[in-house]
Amino acid sequence: MDKEKASGILVFAEERKGDVHNVAYELLNKAQELKEDLDCEVASAVLSSQKLDYSELIYRGADKVYCIEDEKFASPEENYYKKNLLKITNAFNPEILLLGATGFGRSLAPRLAIALETGLTADCVDLQIDEESNKLIQIRPAFSGNILAHIKTEGLPQMATIRYKEFTEAPRDTSRSGEIIKLEPTEGEIEVGIEKIEERAKDITEAKIIIAGGQGLKQPQDLDILQDLADKLGGMVGASRDIVDEGYISHAHQVGYSGARVKPKIYIACGISGATQHIVGMKEADIIIAINKDPSAPIFNVADYGIVGDLYEVVPDLIAKIEDCM
Amino acid sequence: MLDIIVLVKQVPDVKKVKFDRERGVIDRKSAPNELNPFDLNALEAAVQIKEELGEDAAKITALSMGPDMAEDSLKEALARGADEAILLSAREFAGSDTWATSLVLSTAIKKLADYDLILAGEKTVDGDTGQVGPQIAEFLDIFHAAYVSEIKKLDNDNHNIQVISELWQSSFLKTLDFPCLLTVTKEINDPRLPSIKDKVQARKAEITKWDYSALSDYIAAEEIGIKGSPTRIKNIEVAPAIEREGEVWRDGYEKANEKICELLQEKQLLGGE
Ligand SMILES: Cc1cc2nc3c(=O)[nH]c(=O)nc-3n(C[C@H](O)[C@H](O)[C@H](O)COP(=O)(O)OP(=O)(O)OC[C@H]3O[C@@H](n4cnc5c(N)ncnc54)[C@H](O)[C@@H]3O)c2cc1C
Ligand SMILES: Nc1ncnc2c1ncn2[C@@H]1O[C@H](COP(=O)(O)O)[C@@H](O)[C@H]1O
Repeated sequence: MDKEKASGILVFAEERKGDVHNVAYELLNKAQELKEDLDCEVASAVLSSQKLDYSELIYRGADKVYCIEDEKFASPEENYYKKNLLKITNAFNPEILLLGATGFGRSLAPRLAIALETGLTADCVDLQIDEESNKLIQIRPAFSGNILAHIKTEGLPQMATIRYKEFTEAPRDTSRSGEIIKLEPTEGEIEVGIEKIEERAKDITEAKIIIAGGQGLKQPQDLDILQDLADKLGGMVGASRDIVDEGYISHAHQVGYSGARVKPKIYIACGISGATQHIVGMKEADIIIAINKDPSAPIFNVADYGIVGDLYEVVPDLIAKIEDCM
Repeated sequence: MLDIIVLVKQVPDVKKVKFDRERGVIDRKSAPNELNPFDLNALEAAVQIKEELGEDAAKITALSMGPDMAEDSLKEALARGADEAILLSAREFAGSDTWATSLVLSTAIKKLADYDLILAGEKTVDGDTGQVGPQIAEFLDIFHAAYVSEIKKLDNDNHNIQVISELWQSSFLKTLDFPCLLTVTKEINDPRLPSIKDKVQARKAEITKWDYSALSDYIAAEEIGIKGSPTRIKNIEVAPAIEREGEVWRDGYEKANEKICELLQEKQLLGGE
């Protein structure tokens, strides 16, 4: 990179089986806003294992799309991704480089940052341009989300990973035009053996409704009650760590600090006490409903609607009432 | 001999710690310290590998950068099965961001020279970035696997390890040659508690301490600590509280459930998918 001449915002668009992860469209939207202060170009970088319609990224706000096509990108190997992204970074020479804080993004970005000899701010929830210095202010929660730290990077590019669902997706404007630039993949093989052995159909971070269960459930089969409610509403079942640890349900369903951070329209917590580590994962849901026997359970402090009661009575009644409404 | 390095950090107990709003840092004196809970899983994974290979076939070194009092956490690491513990402690290291932290740690690892496998936690509860692991891998120019939920097989003859890495809503079986670095999730194991005997023994054990002079041949003082950190906290703000309705039904759920149905209807969420 030629850091002296660095300019523009580069957004990494993570491809998954022919689609771009939505967080890229959110970042492109934010980039439009930052671009107004900086008067610069917005570009998107895609490493794709198959042909994509790159114009989609232009419709969503990219002035340039840099793409490298290579079957090897079907395997999430950070070092190989890093080498190829370096190629794009060198070609575009950005002053700001943004990646979604997906699991893969959080594993890839640190390697890239060291290779680019720059700092990296993890898990940002907002970005601003400092009026005086024109530098990027990266805002990230700290201390269990009670505090927001404003961070600046000395040196270039200013790099950050940004959480999913913090910004709205860029609107699709098919009248926009831009340039698509294809680069060749770097040479060499992936030196890590990689084989996919399991794929989960649904991603809990995408669910609009989550019915979550905790230790209030007496046995694994009782999750069926929650699944039943989730099915009625087209939602997914979530879980506290304690019941994941006990093998009630897989880790993919765990909500919280060491699980997924979710932002559904409705989150119904059933038999969950509301430990800080659980709350950090769901406190940004639009509406939170809590069902718990214990009136002093901390989950009620973050709930819009709380029901003090036995989930084994409350949930079946709720299901019956919903059926009546449908 | 398989040389395993486990990266451990002493962190404040986040349930109790207070925040120094003026200075924008955690007030470390306000809460007791503990070994980062995610690093316990990394350590346990190392201990399990050693148990499988045999007492003399592997050596576990716990490595930490932190203030002098982090010795306590390293003693805990010894009690939990580490064979040796090294603390990197110096004024020059203070205030490091993840860049500077991983530079210091990777330099110490280079100095140790013998390493096959490096294990790190998924993240720390205070820094909470999960960056230090992969950044060390990049500084060392070795491969890493992140979000490792299981170690499938360690092949000492062929010098490689097979792990499950959770990425892209999928489980990938990755085979990495040594030396390599793994960041492990809490799913990988249930860390055992150390026995009283091991605790007592560890309390008396010596922790190797390296100050800046141990690394000064490799890194300049300007590259590390506050000076060497490219990211700077400019200020902090108290996160705005999310407004909640806070309506609670204490006796009887019928009314409450009716309300929820109304709400679902209002938000047009009753159609299913
Ligand atoms: C490093 C670290 C990371 C962690 N990460 C996570 C994480 O990602 N996600 C997470 O969830 N936790 C996490 N935890 C664990 C967390 O601290 C709590 O232990 C956990 O969230 C508690 O789960 P719970 O609410 O299901 O169980 P409990 O705290 O035991 O609560 C059960 C609740 O059910 C209620 N109840 C019982 N019976 C009924 C009934 N019949 N009807 C209605 N209510 C009933 C009880 O009143 C109680 O409030 C983490 C902890 C650590 C240290
Ligand atoms: N100061 C440190 N000393 C030793 N290991 C560390 C230190 N900081 C971070 N690590 C390791 O890197 C992992 C990720 O930390 P972080 O990037 O701070 O979330 C931790 O779980 C540790 O294994």
